[in-house]
Amino acid sequence: MDSVKHLRFDIGVVGAGPAGIAAALAASDSGKTVGLIDDNPAAGGQIWRGAQSATRHSASSMWLQRLNKSAVQIVRGARVFHAAKGELSAESDDSAIQITYGKLILATGARELFLPFPGWTLPNVMGAGGLQALVKSGLDIAGKRIVVAGTGPLLLAVAAYARQCGAKVIGICEQTSRPRMARFGLKMMLVPGKAAEALRLAYDLRGIPHWTDCWPVAAFGNRRMESVRISCQGQASEMECDYLACGFHLIPNIELPRMCGCRLRENFVDVDEYQQSSIAGTYCAGEPTGIGGLELALVEGEIAGYAATNWEDRAKHLFTKRARYQKVVRILKDAFPLRPELKNLARPDTLVCRCEDVPHEHLREHTSWRAAKLHARCGMGPCQGRVCAPAAEFLFGWEIDSVRPPLYPVRCSSLAATPSHSAPRI
Amino acid sequence: MSEFVSVRVNGKPVTVRAGATVAVAVLTAGATCRASVSGQLRSPLCGMGTCFECRVAINGEPQRRSCQVLCEADMEIEVDG
Repeated sequence: MDSVKHLRFDIGVVGAGPAGIAAALAASDSGKTVGLIDDNPAAGGQIWRGAQSATRHSASSMWLQRLNKSAVQIVRGARVFHAAKGELSAESDDSAIQITYGKLILATGARELFLPFPGWTLPNVMGAGGLQALVKSGLDIAGKRIVVAGTGPLLLAVAAYARQCGAKVIGICEQTSRPRMARFGLKMMLVPGKAAEALRLAYDLRGIPHWTDCWPVAAFGNRRMESVRISCQGQASEMECDYLACGFHLIPNIELPRMCGCRLRENFVDVDEYQQSSIAGTYCAGEPTGIGGLELALVEGEIAGYAATNWEDRAKHLFTKRARYQKVVRILKDAFPLRPELKNLARPDTLVCRCEDVPHEHLREHTSWRAAKLHARCGMGPCQGRVCAPAAEFLFGWEIDSVRPPLYPVRCSSLAATPSHSAPRI
Repeated sequence: MSEFVSVRVNGKPVTVRAGATVAVAVLTAGATCRASVSGQLRSPLCGMGTCFECRVAINGEPQRRSCQVLCEADMEIEVDG
C-alpha cells in the first residue's frame, strides 16, 4: 500500500498559479505556516507554465523567485480530491496526502471551454491554451501550420506565442462580432498597463489574418486532423493545417470550492471584500471569483493572503488596485458572449462526452444533466464532466448542480487513507 | 544536467528537451495517446491535466496523464496508435 503523508498548515492554499502564489506569499509574511498545494509538476499555473526555465518574463520570474526564497511549503503534483471541514485529501504519484489547515485559500484557476463540432475529437485538435501549454512543456511547433479558433483574448496570445515559436499561424477565427471586438480593444486600452500590452500584441500579430464572426464548423482527417472548415462572415472555407488550437474562452474551476460548501453566484464563487467565501475562514482568489486575468488574480490573491492572516489593513490597502482590474471581468463578459449558431455545430453522431464517447443524439432526449448522466453515462468518465458538462450546459441549458467526491479518479489506497470522520460519502 | 532526455514510446527511442512532459514525447514520436472506449485514437486536448485524453502507460503503470508527468531517462511509454 502507498504511504500516507500528514501535513498541517496554518494556511492551506490550493492552486499555485498567480493567485495562489500571491496568496501564499502574503500569508507567509505573518510568519504563519503556509502550504501551497498544486496538481502540476511545477508552480506557476498555466500562464507561467515553463517559466522556471524562461527567466526573461519579468513578472513571472519575480514572483517565482520570491516563492522559492519564501518559507512557503510547496506540495507539487498533488491532486486534491476531497474536502471536509478543516481537512483536504490529496494524492500524488506515490502517496496519499492528508492535509489539515486553520484557514483555506482556494485559487483553483480556470480551464478552457470546449464545444463539440464534427471532428473535434481528432488528434491534433487541441485547446488554444492546450496547444500553448504543450509548447511550453517542450513541444516543437517550428514550421507547423496552425489555425487558432474559438473566442477570447487567449486566442491572440496563443497566436503570438505560436508564431514566436516558429509556427505558421494561418489565421485567428474569433466567433464574436467585429463591433464587440473593436469595443473590447478600446476598453482594454483604458485598463492600467494594458495599452502597452495591446500594442506589443498587435505588433507580434502583424500580418496574421484575424477574422471576426468566424468559427470552426468541422475538422477532417484520418488518423489526425488535416484540415478545418470554417464559417467566416457567412462564407464557408476550408484550410489545411497541422494543428487546430480551439477554445471558447475560460470557465472557472469551481469543483473544489463547491465541495467546500462555498456559495456560488452565476457559477462563480461569491466572496466578500476580503475575498472570503460564504464559509468563514475559506477564501477564494483569481478566476473562480470572475474571469479577470493575471493582474486581478495577483491582487485578489494578496488580499486573500493578508485577510486570512488577520492583516486587514494591508488587505484594505489593495482594494483600490483590485477595483481597477475588476473592470476587466465586465469587459470580457461583454466582449465574448457565445453566439447561438455554436449550439448547432454538433451533428447527431458528434461526441459530446469524450471519456465515455456519448454522442449528441443520446443526450438531446434528456431533460437534465442528471438524467443524461444516469441514462447515457455522459460525464461519468475520468474527467468527471470537466469537459462535457460545461458544453452540455451551453448546448442544452442544463444546470450543472452537483459535485461529488472523489473530485478526481484516485487509487483505492488514497480513498482508504482518508480518515473515517471525514470520509467521502460516495 | 543534460539538455536532452531520451525515452521510448512503444519501444521507439525519442529524444526531447529536458523538462518536457511525456505528452510531448508522444507527440514528438508521431504517436497518439489512447484509444477511446469506442476505439477512436486520441491525443491531448487541454494540456493541463483536466481532460484525461492524454492517458498513457508509463513504466507499466496505466492511465497516467502524460501532460502532467515529466520525462525521465529511459522511461517506457506505452500508447495506443
